[in-house]
Amino acid sequence: MKKAVDHTKPKRYGMVIDLDKCTGCGACMVACFAENNIPFKKDESEKLLSITWMRVYKLSNKKKYPDTDICYLPRPCMHCEGHEGHSPCVSVCPATVTDYSTETGIVSQIYTRCFGCRYCMAACPYHARYFNWWDPIWPKGMEKMLSPDVSVRMRGVVEKCSFCYHRYQRAKDKAYVEGRPDIEEEEYQTACTQACPARAITFGDLNNPKHKVYELKQDPHAFRLLERLGTNPKVYYVSSREWVRKSGDNYLRHEEPGHIETKH
Amino acid sequence: MDSALIPKGVKRCSLGKFTLVIAVAGAVLLWGVYAMLLCWIKGLNQTNMNNYYGFALWIWADLAVIALGGGAFFTGFLKYIVGKDELKHIINYAVLIGFICYSSALLILAIDIGQPLRGWFIFWHANIHSMLTEVAFCLTCYFGVLTIEYVPLVLENRQLNKVPFFHNLAHNMHGIMAVFAATGAFLSFFHQGSLGGVAGVLFGRPFGYREGVFAWPWTFFLFTWSAAAYGPSFTLMCTKILEKASGKQLVKDNVVDLLAKISGWMILTYIIAKIADTIYWALVTAPSKGHTLMDFYSNNPVYGIWILVLEIVIGGIIPAIILVTPRTRRNGYLRMAAIILGVIGVCANRWVMVLQVMAVPVMPFDFWAMYYPSWQEVATTILPVAYGIILIALSYRYLPIFPQEPELNPVD
Amino acid sequence: MFPGFFEWIWDGGHMLFMGALWYALGIIGLGLTYCIFKAAIETAQGKGKGHGEEHH
Repeated sequence: MKKAVDHTKPKRYGMVIDLDKCTGCGACMVACFAENNIPFKKDESEKLLSITWMRVYKLSNKKKYPDTDICYLPRPCMHCEGHEGHSPCVSVCPATVTDYSTETGIVSQIYTRCFGCRYCMAACPYHARYFNWWDPIWPKGMEKMLSPDVSVRMRGVVEKCSFCYHRYQRAKDKAYVEGRPDIEEEEYQTACTQACPARAITFGDLNNPKHKVYELKQDPHAFRLLERLGTNPKVYYVSSREWVRKSGDNYLRHEEPGHIETKH
Repeated sequence: MDSALIPKGVKRCSLGKFTLVIAVAGAVLLWGVYAMLLCWIKGLNQTNMNNYYGFALWIWADLAVIALGGGAFFTGFLKYIVGKDELKHIINYAVLIGFICYSSALLILAIDIGQPLRGWFIFWHANIHSMLTEVAFCLTCYFGVLTIEYVPLVLENRQLNKVPFFHNLAHNMHGIMAVFAATGAFLSFFHQGSLGGVAGVLFGRPFGYREGVFAWPWTFFLFTWSAAAYGPSFTLMCTKILEKASGKQLVKDNVVDLLAKISGWMILTYIIAKIADTIYWALVTAPSKGHTLMDFYSNNPVYGIWILVLEIVIGGIIPAIILVTPRTRRNGYLRMAAIILGVIGVCANRWVMVLQVMAVPVMPFDFWAMYYPSWQEVATTILPVAYGIILIALSYRYLPIFPQEPELNPVD
Repeated sequence: MFPGFFEWIWDGGHMLFMGALWYALGIIGLGLTYCIFKAAIETAQGKGKGHGEEHH
């Protein structure tokens, strides 16, 4: 099947999350669950078995009162670019289920092709990938409320945040119908971005100077998680607090964030 | 009652006693089959895996069993390619062990994946850049080679060999066995290596990641080397177990000595390479990602420096020294102790490279993922052992596995 | 897996990996075919009778 030729410039969709604004309310998580038909069990107390495409971590500076400080960190999939499109998960998938798109920068997943080897889960240092240990069972009546644009996954396959790719497709379709070659910033926004009451999450094309994320990512206090590994993630975090920035990566005792000698 | 099936010139225990052995192993096998069916029907929620710990006990067993089954390809390589003719007296058993190990590995993989019916996608939609693709292809092909090597042995059963076609087929297969052995060695080199590559390419997991040459991390070569080194030791261990169980010597001392010596030198050269790789990783690779060595061996209830000592010193240096030194190698007790330590060492290595990798946290605010297996995982891991005992028992009883057995145990 | 199917592209990686695989499979297949055919011909020629008690 031939793909329609896209004459627009390649995009790199990404996020900038202001950790000084995040209150840890979890609205982003709930919005993601609803938008993407995330399955759940009756008993979700075993958190390591829960599927949380967006997950809010609680960080602490581990100091005693009165210097204790905490920070909430929302973690979607990082949609790592790696080195020239070699995301850690994309390189290892044996059945070409996951792919890095050079047009959007989004790492996709073909649920119907995944046979559940979980190698991609081993490769991901952010634990952004989740396995369907059970088949989804929707409470009676809920199957009518499922998001129609997002396919439901079955037992035995891996899933992860897609940057609400179905919304990108919907925006592209709308632009096509209206005779526009490209979509506007506000036409494609992820569910978590829109749900955040503190407006901590900003989403857009990191390549496009007209998008808010383009400027925000250049903040001197911006950092990415585990940058030293070479994953080249597309989610930037911003915090005025140095301990928060230092929590974004592993450092040897003598190293300071931002002053690392990198080999590659 | 079944004496017509037993090879000429050897004695076997009564059919009743034999049936008892099969029944006991069979009961354990059935327990494993039940657990296997639970996993297939109900799903992988039958295990204690979770989203932080996606590899189970049976994946360690999978890797360990493939490493230990490396005796088949390496003994074949030594016999048919290098020309160590004395090994023809143990090659049949090595092939049988290899057959059991690889069939077990394939079964475990069929249980481990979330969608077993889609397992063929690894071939049909192959990503040739993935280490796991290489594993799947070469493992399957090599299992085919092992089957080809095992079939002539089966056809040499006293009654089957009477059928002219079977006799001729076995004879012809033996005639070109060197071709199959060489192809098997080639395939083994790659799948043993790519199993090492599975951990070594994970640049998101500094504990497992290694630098290397071209697309191959150093763990690729280390895994092939360790399989060639420790596999023959496992063959010797299984030989000893069978000798104890049957109450007979099955292989002459010079054959055991030769294989033990080769295994010893392979272990020694491997462990030197492994130590060099570990030092480089600890002093250069891991610090470049912001980790010290002790980051991987502290702040958790299980993994400490003891596992590094177990793998390299107890499971590597000590057995190597015992096996390369003629005086200690020719002492039966020391030789067996070295062999057992070696088997433990390679199993520890496979555990570290797959299961410890999953446990180590990467994000600084993340936690160690501790894990213990569920009974279903234990049962499916023991299943290959029970299956192996049954197949060895059947093969030993009805097939001429050990050419020197009649000479060493003359029957009146 | 086969040229022209799904993600197959004629690049160095595919040619090396799949080339080596099909080469190895080819040798195994040819070897096995040779053994089976030779055994069938020899059986037809009457060879292999009365060898039931030999073993390697």
